[in-house]
Amino acid sequence: MRRVAKLFVPLAAFVLTALSSAAAFAQGAAAPAADNSKGLIGIGAALAIGLAALGGGLGQGRAAASALDGIARNPQASGKIFVPMIVGLALIESLVIYGLLIAFTLSGKI
Amino acid sequence: MGPHATWFSFFPGYEGLRTSLEGALGRRWTWQVFQTTHFEIDHILGGLLVVLVLSFLAIRYALSIRASGDRGAVPPPRLGIRALLETFADLVYSLMEGPMGAQNARRFLPLIGTLFLFILFCNLIALIPGFLPPTDTLKTNLGLALMIFVLTHVYGVAAHGLKYFKHFMGPLWWLAPLMIPIEIISHIARPVSLSVRLLGNITADHKVGAVIFALIPYLIPVLLLGLGVLVAVVQAIVFSLLSTIYISTAIAHEEH
Repeated sequence: MRRVAKLFVPLAAFVLTALSSAAAFAQGAAAPAADNSKGLIGIGAALAIGLAALGGGLGQGRAAASALDGIARNPQASGKIFVPMIVGLALIESLVIYGLLIAFTLSGKI
Repeated sequence: MGPHATWFSFFPGYEGLRTSLEGALGRRWTWQVFQTTHFEIDHILGGLLVVLVLSFLAIRYALSIRASGDRGAVPPPRLGIRALLETFADLVYSLMEGPMGAQNARRFLPLIGTLFLFILFCNLIALIPGFLPPTDTLKTNLGLALMIFVLTHVYGVAAHGLKYFKHFMGPLWWLAPLMIPIEIISHIARPVSLSVRLLGNITADHKVGAVIFALIPYLIPVLLLGLGVLVAVVQAIVFSLLSTIYISTAIAHEEH
């Protein structure tokens, strides 16, 4: 958890820098024909699926790790553990899929 | 992914049917996520094909039960249509028995079993090249999810009368103004999440398959077919299991 928290600050700093540099170019009128909206939509789509996959990967990793711990303690219960594990993984994955749909919708607008 | 030609386009009346249905049923408004669309009837035709296949399997099953002299008590010796359908029915029954108990599971098995088989075959038809899965679009998925949503409330009212709506008010009466919006939103989120989960999984699988096939047409798409089978079965199981849980929480207020 602290490792994830330690990653958050550089990630947020990078995102804010990228977005503010886009705004700075627009104000400086260095390239007057540069309309950054498509670039921002692209970054939005990539961030949508990227962050969704990050959170989903961590969540599914914990679910699978708990299931594997349970099987390791009691190998005979592996049949009873397997189906709830699959259902839990599918429910966590559904949140990632919501992010993926937003990414598809946005990448269709480019 | 744009318009995708399927085997249905070889039928003689296909283009005429498509244009006439587009005139009658096409969507011309756009709002938020729903942008301009290419009207396709391949999903509906795929759904009809799945219904035909399931009816054929059901009739063969009934005939083979009648042909065995003991009304189907003895399990079949070979893996045929009868053994396959009995495996599916046992799978759905064992899924339902957990949340609902044996008696309710037997009562709702036709509903959830048909839902499971329909979604499973609709997902699997995507793996045959040249077919579009009917669960690829919000038309089919939202229809199924709304049916389950309406049935949940119908079964709840049938089990409890109009007192069923009192559970929206939460455990303490003075929390009702807070609980009612929360309960309504969580109830509306159910069919949305059911349909979008199925839609996203099947669409993503289909698109990733198309991309991999464009990159390496040789052996790697076979792995994707295996993944497609796994995703088809798991998504059908998750849809059926969640529907079972929703129906069982609607009927099971009798302990209060």
